[in-house]
Amino acid sequence: MELIWQGIVKAIELVFGFDPEVWAITSLSLKISGSATLISLLLGIPLGIMLALTQFFGRSLIVALVNTGMGLPPVVVGLFVSLFLWRSGPLGFLELIYSPTAMVIAQVIIAFPIVAGLTMASFQALDPKLALQLVGIGASRPQLLWLLCKEARLPLLAAVMAGFGGVISEVGASMMVGGNIRGQTRVLTTATVLETGKGNFDIAIALGLILLALTFTINFFLTRIQQREQLRWPKLS
Amino acid sequence: MRRQASIFLLPVLLIGLMVVGKAMAAESNKNLILSTTTSTQDSGLLDVLVPMFEKQTGYSVKTVSVGTGQALALAAKGDADVALVHAPSLEKQYVADGKLLNRRLVMYNDFVIVGPKEDPAKIKSAKTALAALKQIEQTQFRFVSRGDNSGTHSLEKALWKEAGITPKGDWYIEAGQGMGATLGIANERNAYTITDRGTLLALGKRVNLPILIEGDKALLNIYSVMEVNPANGPRINAAGAKAFADFMVAPQTQNVIKNFGVEKFGQSLFFPVAGKKEEELGV
Repeated sequence: MELIWQGIVKAIELVFGFDPEVWAITSLSLKISGSATLISLLLGIPLGIMLALTQFFGRSLIVALVNTGMGLPPVVVGLFVSLFLWRSGPLGFLELIYSPTAMVIAQVIIAFPIVAGLTMASFQALDPKLALQLVGIGASRPQLLWLLCKEARLPLLAAVMAGFGGVISEVGASMMVGGNIRGQTRVLTTATVLETGKGNFDIAIALGLILLALTFTINFFLTRIQQREQLRWPKLS
Repeated sequence: MRRQASIFLLPVLLIGLMVVGKAMAAESNKNLILSTTTSTQDSGLLDVLVPMFEKQTGYSVKTVSVGTGQALALAAKGDADVALVHAPSLEKQYVADGKLLNRRLVMYNDFVIVGPKEDPAKIKSAKTALAALKQIEQTQFRFVSRGDNSGTHSLEKALWKEAGITPKGDWYIEAGQGMGATLGIANERNAYTITDRGTLLALGKRVNLPILIEGDKALLNIYSVMEVNPANGPRINAAGAKAFADFMVAPQTQNVIKNFGVEKFGQSLFFPVAGKKEEELGV
């Protein structure tokens, strides 16, 4: 119990003492997982929409792959990305292993199926008659897509949160492809593992708390946007 | 509308940051990958030496700290430029195979056997590590092994082999983790384990297991630096590897190694031995 208390005190010290290393680690975590989430959105939303709204040969195979991908173990992703990016691997000439870019790649592979899967589900939950009605009142194809996106925005924001939450809290792949290098690829999760190994439990707890506070803040803002126009229980008189 | 615009601006900003970061990384072709063990990292020694080396030479070092077994394997595949490890028998094999070049001793400290205060296997009177392990096996008292092919693990395996014992059973716990975590498990389970003195000192009061065996020549822990043979793969930074190896055995660096930890622990964690041969250490 005393240890947890020490950790909380340490967290306050590190954050409000503006410890430069902790701030650098925190901002790197945000940059890497933010970029990975963004790229996952750019890839996952179009794929999810396509899977939800069109029929083509091999569609059910891709849907099954996306659904499997939603539960990809990060360490397996880390291992395969490492195999490709090691100097001895097929993409070794890019010299990306142990770099933030390698971590973004691994995290995109983790987050992209989550975003695609949830996007697909949110579009499939729309009333099929809605698209017909919109076409009926003269919507063009881009207008139709935009209006459907607006209609599905609540579950779409859930997809953003799930994707981001999946990668910022992930440690296995970041450790393997990033290498936990001080000042280069050390992020909140890998630093927590390191400090635990060193026996610096107070710093480890502090880093864990910073990670929690960070994800909570981001989810809080996304939730506020999401819940602005919720369906309210009607007042019955 | 304004709020929506800011939501879209944020990702754009992030992408911009990434592009800048990548450009900066590409600029320095003086990248060097050092594969090393968890003990050099967990003790904090590399946090002192690596910045010193970077400042002196302008290289940018990527330190990958894993178990010695993996560190050597990465080097042999050409996925690192230089290796700083502590498993002499394994190292000699890699040097003999031509995978690693120019093995030079850097420093040493020692391993110790720690265990429960009550010492149920009575190893304290055994004096040597070999006799101690035999007694642990006879009493079947809990023993935690690193189980990760690290330098510490390979020393432990060599000792079991010399004792003619194949350790297995409920009493033999394989942690599969770094030294700090393994000591944590031994502490919680009140078990015996072999640890390097540096990590034990660094963990300090967090571990309540007294040292029961120390000072045995068989427990010497010798660190060497080796350069990766450029023939192991493409893009090996041979010049950088040589610069790092030279740096590790340079008098100024050796002096820093000698003084490292004295202030914090009241004693040195590593003893410099550059230029010496193993025989001179009595191995």
